[in-house]
This record gives sequence, structure tokens and C-alpha cells, in this order.
Amino acid sequence: MPGALPVGAPWPKDNQLNRAPGTRSFHAYVHVPFCEVRCGYCDFNTYTAKELGGVSQATFHQHLISEIAFSKKVLGEMPALSSVFIGGGTPSLFTAEQIGAVLESLGESFGLASDCEVTLEANPESTTEEYLGEIVEVGITRVSMGVQSFDSQVLQTLDRQHDPERVAPLITEAKELGLVTSVDLIYGAPGETLNSWSKTLSEALALGTDHVSAYSLIVEPGTKLARQIATGEIGPTSEDLNAEMYEHATQRLEGASLEWYEVSNWGKPSEHNSAYWKSQNWWGYGPGAHSHIDGNRFWNHKHPTSYQKALSDGAPAAGIERLTDRQMLEEQLLLMLRTEWGVERELFAKLEVPPELVAQEIAAGNLELSGADCIRVSRKGRLIVDGLVVKFLSH
Amino acid sequence: MSPRAAKALEPSQTPADLIRNFCIIAHIDHGKSTLADRMLQLTGIVSDREMRAQYLDRMDIERERGITIKSQAVRLPWELEGQAFALNMIDTPGHVDFTYEVSRSLAACEGAVLLVDAAQGIEAQTLANLYLALENDLEIIPVLNKIDLPAAQPEKYAEELANLIGGDPDDCLRVSGKTGAGVAELMDLIVKRVPAPTGDSDAPARAMIFDSVYDSYRGVVTYVRMIDGSLKPRENIQMMSTRAVHELLEIGVISPEPIATKGLGVGEVGYLITGVKDVRQSKVGDTVTTKTKPASAPLKGYAEPKPMVFSGIYPIDGSDYPDLREALDKLRLSDASLVYEPETSAALGFGFRCGFLGLLHLEIITERLEREFGLALIATSPSVVYHVRKDDGTELVVTNPSEYPDGKIAEVEEPMVKATILAPKDYVGTIMELCQTKRGTMMDMQYLGEDRVQIRYRLPLAEIVFDFFDQLKSKTQGYASLDYEDDGFTVGDLVRVDLLLQGERVDAFSAIVHKDKAYAHGVRIAGKLRELIPRQQFEVPIQAAVGARVIARETIRAIRKDVLAKCYGGDITRKRKLLEKQKEGKKRMKMVGRVEVPQEAFIAALSSDDSKAAKK
Repeated sequence: MPGALPVGAPWPKDNQLNRAPGTRSFHAYVHVPFCEVRCGYCDFNTYTAKELGGVSQATFHQHLISEIAFSKKVLGEMPALSSVFIGGGTPSLFTAEQIGAVLESLGESFGLASDCEVTLEANPESTTEEYLGEIVEVGITRVSMGVQSFDSQVLQTLDRQHDPERVAPLITEAKELGLVTSVDLIYGAPGETLNSWSKTLSEALALGTDHVSAYSLIVEPGTKLARQIATGEIGPTSEDLNAEMYEHATQRLEGASLEWYEVSNWGKPSEHNSAYWKSQNWWGYGPGAHSHIDGNRFWNHKHPTSYQKALSDGAPAAGIERLTDRQMLEEQLLLMLRTEWGVERELFAKLEVPPELVAQEIAAGNLELSGADCIRVSRKGRLIVDGLVVKFLSH
Repeated sequence: MSPRAAKALEPSQTPADLIRNFCIIAHIDHGKSTLADRMLQLTGIVSDREMRAQYLDRMDIERERGITIKSQAVRLPWELEGQAFALNMIDTPGHVDFTYEVSRSLAACEGAVLLVDAAQGIEAQTLANLYLALENDLEIIPVLNKIDLPAAQPEKYAEELANLIGGDPDDCLRVSGKTGAGVAELMDLIVKRVPAPTGDSDAPARAMIFDSVYDSYRGVVTYVRMIDGSLKPRENIQMMSTRAVHELLEIGVISPEPIATKGLGVGEVGYLITGVKDVRQSKVGDTVTTKTKPASAPLKGYAEPKPMVFSGIYPIDGSDYPDLREALDKLRLSDASLVYEPETSAALGFGFRCGFLGLLHLEIITERLEREFGLALIATSPSVVYHVRKDDGTELVVTNPSEYPDGKIAEVEEPMVKATILAPKDYVGTIMELCQTKRGTMMDMQYLGEDRVQIRYRLPLAEIVFDFFDQLKSKTQGYASLDYEDDGFTVGDLVRVDLLLQGERVDAFSAIVHKDKAYAHGVRIAGKLRELIPRQQFEVPIQAAVGARVIARETIRAIRKDVLAKCYGGDITRKRKLLEKQKEGKKRMKMVGRVEVPQEAFIAALSSDDSKAAKK
């Protein structure tokens, strides 16, 4: 089952947000909450047909379109969209027509920038070469393939259904169609060895994609995998082995000229992912989707049924929080320190972090100066960056 | 019999022969607070609407743990055969650590209700308190509680009680605090059997302070029992031990909320407020008299309770030190047994070495300091008092293991206790085994009835202060009960075991243990610390050592990964909430050298695995 939503204040009745001024770019996330089966490790907000209870996949895009109209009413004039990301779930379960209708609606409401990055998350098992051709026609410019692993044993542990052989022809076709390509990988599944991970990396690199995301498996409470590990049916994960796998991935990916830009991301930076780290503005459409607009974070009702109802009753949001100035600064440190861009030196001063603490971490080789005004995490420090942030902020 | 006196007697105008002062002696869990609740309801001083469980237990800790820590004195109106009476019920704690509070309450009464669970029978602690009550010449009213329980065996335990205090098993009243059955009969019996207080109403005033609490709005609230004479508002009163004079701003009774009165007369129980803020000016056991007509001799005070267990208490944030001092000063007002003096630790900075009556007392004090005063604290591993004689003949009293001298020791003496354990006979073997491992010597064993046994052991106090009671409970499925008393000092073969983090001795982890147990202790503590101290950015070696000899070692490997791979589809809120939680956790860490040590490591390292399992 999906993880719980945060607790926040109720959505304002007058649909007016109290917005902090700024010059943020604007982005859209579109959530497609469907999967054919639920994978054992997944705690994302997605539902199989039998969990949906009266929500139709074939007409679901119409609800997304009404939320786009709602967001237009709330936001008014916005800069043209710099990126759109259609995620899930399994967005490739939507037909190209459905995707096209959503993109058209976004374009009509806010306009798409000329270089707008439009990504679709796709799973190898629900994608065909023909389908890729169709989505290019409706405006997709980038495809992110949920490969996870090339080791069939690992795929089985993760409950993934696809045949790893299917990946290469799909990526080849995507490239021929002019799409920017990315693959998602997961390492650290119980039973996976460093050797197996190394083979997965080789296969992924052989695809020659523009971008690779490599995430360590997180065993989320409440998932089938967490239960299997608790009962001993599946062995435990090891954070130390995960660390080794991460370091190995770093060497392999950077060796193949995929430059690191965020803890788990390498290659041509995704416009959309970067928007999250840089606290740009984005509206998340669909059940359980999260938005950030000028210091307001809000999130939609989780289940498609309650989402649909809330939307038709007025507003889809289940909660909202207005960030304080201090929280915005803390988030900036938390998020930007994950990236190659790092943070400005003066952010530490604004957060009253003693300079000695920062100096200590530079001396320990976890942080480095990048130019005179910027501090960023070193290769060594990437793996402990959350710990560093806690240390700086709990002083 | 009536549920409530038609006209309650007015405090200060009540003749002594219409007053009954009584307390309830009971083992923890035997239902004293529930019985008290029923009395409050039955006498009508608390309406059904206002009623809540354990009404008299004021502190959060008391309600949560289901134990009474502080005494309470409540005035209850009652009518018997057309005559109104005023009954003062003095609530008493029931845990082995708080015997001193019981003694104080007993001295304010003429009678005691001996309350025993009809499904469990009398326990060691109750026996000890019964003994104290008999020493104070109190009239004892035996009562069996919880007769509504299916497992109740009132006949069996009435017999047991009759054997203990004499009399007929049929005289033992049967009540249920839960249903209220028999409670009215008990009230009648208290009026009939408990003697009225005696005292000279014309003599100079003498009031015994039996408890004293600090109230942040009203200052010091002092609970007294009038022995002779009377006190009135606006009078100048004098504390006989210090000669300090205060104006009596308010005087009254508790029923069960404070009610100001025109005074207190002979035999009455109530409270005084003088506006005093300094806690040490209202000492438990002192005698209050008036300035204009002072009494010539004070009442016999209480024996000052002796601390048995010592622990260093340190603020996690060094700048909280003055707040900690103030908080201790306030707690001490209502807890005469709490003693403390400043000390310094190389690892922990400035703090206080505090003396406690037992481990529960330590836990409660640290919990109250944290909760009521908002302090984040570290309590070091508890220690007892050692008498050390060095080769050169100098003698030391050591309450802090880190002060235990290195080498050149001629002799060490450790405190001993006489422990009385009551349990069903099936557990005798288990109990003996436990006492043997704790270096105990059996004194005697006797059967109390057909299946209950009283076993007495002489044990080193150090062996029982940590987790003996928990182990005893878990090994006997909760059936055994324990009481212990001081039994002097005995020479022991003891050594100091030190713990080193990154090669540096951490004084707060030092412990004094028997030589034969040093190795096991070292291995266990080093292992515990490895579990409790989180991985740091660098490797942390842990060593246990006796003198220069290392007896155990462990290593906490450096942390390799401390980052979340993913931000869930823009759910930054979730990530920030996690950060906030981690920040809170970090605040409960103490820097020892370069190593972050969590608060719980300081005390949890000392409890055994057995007791930990039992608590769960």
C-alpha cells in the first residue's frame, strides 16, 4: 500500500495561495495511477484494475484535464511550462490519444516553452516500437525507461514482469525517433551481488542513453517486500554493500562520460528533476501528486476515487503547508547539496551554521569549494549528504 | 450509614473526637487508587461527571505508570448513626523505593487500612509497611480488595491475614474498588475502629510537616497534621528547626481540591501556604508553631531517608546547567530524599551527583526533570557507596566510580542489604539461583501458608539496584515480591572497569564490579555500546579495561551511506519531515570527544538483556 500523505492545513476555500515573490520557472507533473500488477518493493501511489473500484482507466485523462482547468483558475498567468513529466504508476498504459489530450490542455492553459522537455515514464512490458512512434507524434520529447535491472533473479525479487531482452530494441527505436533517452536502475535488492550489479551497468551503458538514474532499493514499510524480509522469506539488504554498489556505479557511469549531477542521477540533466532540487514551481496533477508554488507545498487526495470526488466538489488538494522563510532556506540546503550545483556560501551564514562545522567537512573531504562563493558535496561526501545536512541544521 | 454527611463538619471547628485520620497500605497494583476513587465518589466530594480514574494521582507519571509517588491527604465527610464525621485519607506510595514516604504518612494517622488483593495475597512490601504501621501503634483494618475477580480467593487470604495480624478471618472486610461493593461498610468501620486523634487544643500550636510540594503559581504548599493547638490565616508561623518566621497566607483542607478555611484545629490535616519560594524553608519532618506563642519542644521528626543509589545527572546542552540546578532545588522541596551536589565529568561537563532511594526513584526523578522542566538529560550508570581504604591508611567514600582510586587499595567495603522475597513455592529454585548469581547468601526460608514461601537473602546492594527486581519478576511470572533493608557494609573483592572510546577513558561509563564479573561486564558493556552508538563518519574502537589491561574490545565501523536515494515525485514535505525528526534525534546525542553518544547509552548499557526483554 502507498505510504501516507503528510498532515497539513486544509486547502483555502477561496482557492487563493499566499505566494512568496520570486522568479521561478514553471513545470508540470502528471500522475497516472495505474499498474497491471503491483511490484513488491513499490510504495508509490498506484493501483491495479481490481483495486480501483469504479475508476475507469480509459476516461481518467478527463479528470486530469479538469484539474488543469482548476490550476489555471488558481494560478492565473504563469511562465510557459519548461518541462512536463508524466509518471506513475505506468504512464505507458495511457494511449497516445490520452497523453495527447493532456498535453494539449496544458499547452492551451499555460503554453509549452519551445524547448520544453516532455518526459514519459515507460515500462518495457507495456511499450512497443509503434507506441513510441505514436507518443512522439503527440509531443513527447524524452522517454525514461523503467529497466531496474538486467539480472532476471533481481527482477524476480523486485516482482518486475518484463524480459530484459526487450529493452535494447525499444531504446534503439526511441533514439531513432529523436527522443532523449534515460534508463532507471535499482541496486541493492536482496541477493544482488556486486558482480550482478556490474553486469547490469554494462548492459545499461551499452544502450548509450543520454541519462541514467540509479537508485538504491529502499525497503518501504508496508510493502510486500518489507513483509517478505520480516518473515525471512527474502534476505535482508545491506547498506554497506549498497555503498559499494554506489561507488562502483559512480566509477562506471562517469567513466562513460555520463556526468554526475544529483545523488542518484548522471548524464544530461533532466530539466524536470532539476526543478525539484531547485525549488522551482510545479503543479502535480492526479491522485496523490505534490505541488510547489512560491513557498506553498500541497498534495492531492491519494486514492483515485477520493481524488475524483474532491476534484468534482471543488479542489483536489488534501492538504497544504506554507513554508516559513527558515524552512525554505533549510530545504534549499537539503536539496541543493545533493546536486553538482551545490549551495552559495552565504546560505550557511543565513542558516547560522558555524563556519567551523563546514570547514571540518571540507577538511574531511566531504565538501569542496566550487569557485569562491559556492560549496558542494565531493564524490566522497555524496553518500553521506543527508547526515551532513542533519549535522549542520541540528547545531 | 449515609452516602454523605448531611452537613459536613467545618474545618477548624471540628472537635477532635469527630476526626478520623487513616491511610491505606497496599502493594502496587492491589487497587489502592481505585478504592480511593470510589471513596471520593461515595462521599460526594467528586461528582460522577468530574470523576476520572486515579483521581488523586496528580502527576502524569503517576497515571501513566499506575503508581503513586506523592502522598495526598483528602478530607472526606461521612455520617454514622446521625453523627457527622470528618475523615482524612492519606494516600501512600507502594513501591519499595518509597518506604520513607510511607513512614511519613503513617505518622500522621491513627489507623491504617491494610488492603490486599484477594487474588494475590500479601506481598513483601505490604508486610514491610504493615510492620511500620504496627510500630506506629496504628489500628489496622484488614481488607481484601478485588473480590469481583473470578480468580479471587478471599477465604484463603483472609486466613493468611488473620495469621499475620491476629483476629478472626471473618473480620476481614471484602470490598471491590472496581464495583464499589463493601466500600460504604469500610467507611463505617473506619469511623468505628480508628481512634480519634488526641492532642491539647489549648497548648501552643504544633503541626507536623509530612509533605511539601512546589506549585509554580502558589509557591510552596506544605501539608501538615495538627498535633496540638491550632493555626489561623494571617498568623505568623515559625519553623522550629530553622526559626524562620513566615506569614500564613492561606490555610485549608484538600477535598479533593484545595479549599481555604478559617484554620486547622487539633487532629486536622490540611495545607499551608506562606508565599515561600525557597524550597528548603519548608522541610518535611519539621514542626510548625506560631511566633506569638511558640511551642517549647518540636515533635519527633522522621528519620532522614538515606540514598542508596547514586548517579551523575548532566544536561546534554551545557548551558542548561543553571536550569538543572533550579529544577533539582524545586524537586527537592517535595522529595526530602533527593540529595545532590555539583560534580564535573571530563566526558559530560558540569552536572550533579545525585543520591536516590532506588532505581525507580532515579528513573522518576530524571523523567520529571525532563518532562516538568523541559530539560534533556543524561543519567550515568548508577552506583552505590563504597568505603575504600588505601595502602597508606587514608580512607575514601566513593559514590562515583570514576573517583575510585587506581591501585594501592588495601580494602574496599560495599553496602549490603537484607532482602525478603515472597513467592509461591514452585519458584524457590529459580529465586535461589538468581540470588546466588548475584553473590547472595541465604539467611533463612519459611513457609507462610501452604504454598507461599518467604526467603531471606543477604546480598550486595550493587547487585540488586540495577535490574534484580525486573529479573525476579520475569523469572517468577510476576509472582515474587521483594523488600529490602540496609544491612551494613562488607569487604568485597572489587575492581573498576573502564570503557574507552577511541582510546579515551569515558568517566561516565566506569563501573565498580566484583573481580569475577569484570570480564563478563566488560564484554557486555562494550557489546551494548556497539549496538547503541550509531555509526559515525569514522571508525570508533570501544575497549573495556581494568587498569591498563584491556579485557574486551569492539569496533563501530564508519558509516558508509547516509543519504536517501530518491525524493518521491516531488514530495519534498516528506523529506523535510524526516530531516526534522533526525534533527530532534541529534539533539539527544552527547558529544564525547568526537563521538556522538545517544542519551540512552548511558543507562541502557547497564541493564541486562533479561530485564529488557521482561519490560517489553
